[in-house]
Amino acid sequence: MSADLDDWTVGAPRLVAQRCEACAARWLFRRDFCPHCGCQSPQALALTGVGIVHAATVVHRAPDDEFRAIAPYALVLVELEEAVRVMGHAPLGAAIGVRVEVTFVEIAGRLLPYFCPIPTVTGRSDRGDRGDQGGAWTSPSSK
Amino acid sequence: MSYLLGSGLTRFGRHEGRTTLDLMTEASSAALADAQLERGDIDGLICGYSMTMPHLMLATVFAEYFGIRPTYAHAVQVGGATGFAMVMLAHLLVESGAAQRILVVAGENRMTGQSRDAAIQALAQTGHPQYEVPLGTTIPAYYGLIASRYMWEHQVTEADFAELAVLMRRQAGRHEGAQFREPISVEDVLRSRPIAAPLKVLDCCPVSDGGCAFVIAREPGRGHNVRIRSARQIHTSQHVTAAPDLTHFGADVSSGQALADAGRTLADVEYAAIYDSFTVTLTLLLEEIGLAARGRAGALARDGYFDRDGAMPLNLHGGLLSYGHCGVAGAMAHLAETHVQMTGRAQDRQVARAGVALLHGDGGVLSSHVSLVLEST
Repeated sequence: MSADLDDWTVGAPRLVAQRCEACAARWLFRRDFCPHCGCQSPQALALTGVGIVHAATVVHRAPDDEFRAIAPYALVLVELEEAVRVMGHAPLGAAIGVRVEVTFVEIAGRLLPYFCPIPTVTGRSDRGDRGDQGGAWTSPSSK
Repeated sequence: MSYLLGSGLTRFGRHEGRTTLDLMTEASSAALADAQLERGDIDGLICGYSMTMPHLMLATVFAEYFGIRPTYAHAVQVGGATGFAMVMLAHLLVESGAAQRILVVAGENRMTGQSRDAAIQALAQTGHPQYEVPLGTTIPAYYGLIASRYMWEHQVTEADFAELAVLMRRQAGRHEGAQFREPISVEDVLRSRPIAAPLKVLDCCPVSDGGCAFVIAREPGRGHNVRIRSARQIHTSQHVTAAPDLTHFGADVSSGQALADAGRTLADVEYAAIYDSFTVTLTLLLEEIGLAARGRAGALARDGYFDRDGAMPLNLHGGLLSYGHCGVAGAMAHLAETHVQMTGRAQDRQVARAGVALLHGDGGVLSSHVSLVLEST
């Protein structure tokens, strides 16, 4: 697999998806073919890492000692501008509808995507009437 | 068409010192007795998997251990949907003539056979090994994400979810095999230990030991016959990150097709058995299938709609949330209770009418779906 596909899952501080030139499909989980049309030459799609929180949880019961040490921690699904959904960490208080941008933070011994709120934007959430803004969030350094 | 001739369900909870094979044996013996059959009457065997006894050939191992020589046997693996998927397979196999009488069985000492961390870590592997699991995910975290979106989309509250936990505990109070029978309140659920927001420990099913088995045949037998009319599946996606829609997973598709195959509609259903790994799972499935309007499952539960004497009796044994969850046999308990209800043997849990039943199970993170329609004979 070419280096332009290197992302956080192999230690590179970025998010990369794939797209198919034949059928315009986009997807996150890396493959050497298009899962829609079977085309054998998918392209790397570098992601800006900017998007809207689509779902959010706070994990209190961690799976192992490494994550127990940082619990509770927030996990979010983010709908990125490129219409690809990505899972990552976020500050506690991460709420659906908030506009976020990815950073990469070492958590539990690995470089992981960490979505921080973009505090200045208003009315850009996927449901603006209910979208909290990010002012009250804790910063990643507080973890 | 096929027939469920007998079922066997162990109590769920702690079975100290008992193995997967012990629990499969106890359930199988009970199912054979219920069907009034002997080992030699069985020519097919379908079994699930066991996290505490991983094996490449569990069906053959169990056939040898239990003492049967089937002409058809293998294991099936679709997470929590495995139990109903095995029933669907047995239904199709006896219809095809590949076997006459099939023993469907699962059992596991999931509670006492491994550490709690081992169970939680193994289950988390349902997630994506590169894009999800390294983030420190757990099964409750995947469902916590779904719950957060469901609350947002359908104006559901944590108290609405809690009503389903209270309901399942209320049902379990009438079944002596249930792992948890003490009544709980919405307040108890809301104040219980946080696991993966918005889910608290009482929104989550327990880890249990237990087993369950059925005998499914082409022709009715001497036991307690119920017709299996139809079965359908749908597999929308495996991973929550890849789910096209976090509030629509396909349960309406498989249940709708199963009902249509049986020449039935939701209006005909008199008993429902719906997978309830978490309160959000039960809420979402009830509402997606159409047994409750969107956002209404909690309120209906509070009003007694799903009680024994309500309009749509649901999981009267207490479900995964209170009867318990020992892996594959967890959802099979839903069918064992349905069988007992449809044959009028549920004693003080007995519903007035259970002529048509709709069952729905899911595996993974609402990934794999199996719907069954049963009719009394």
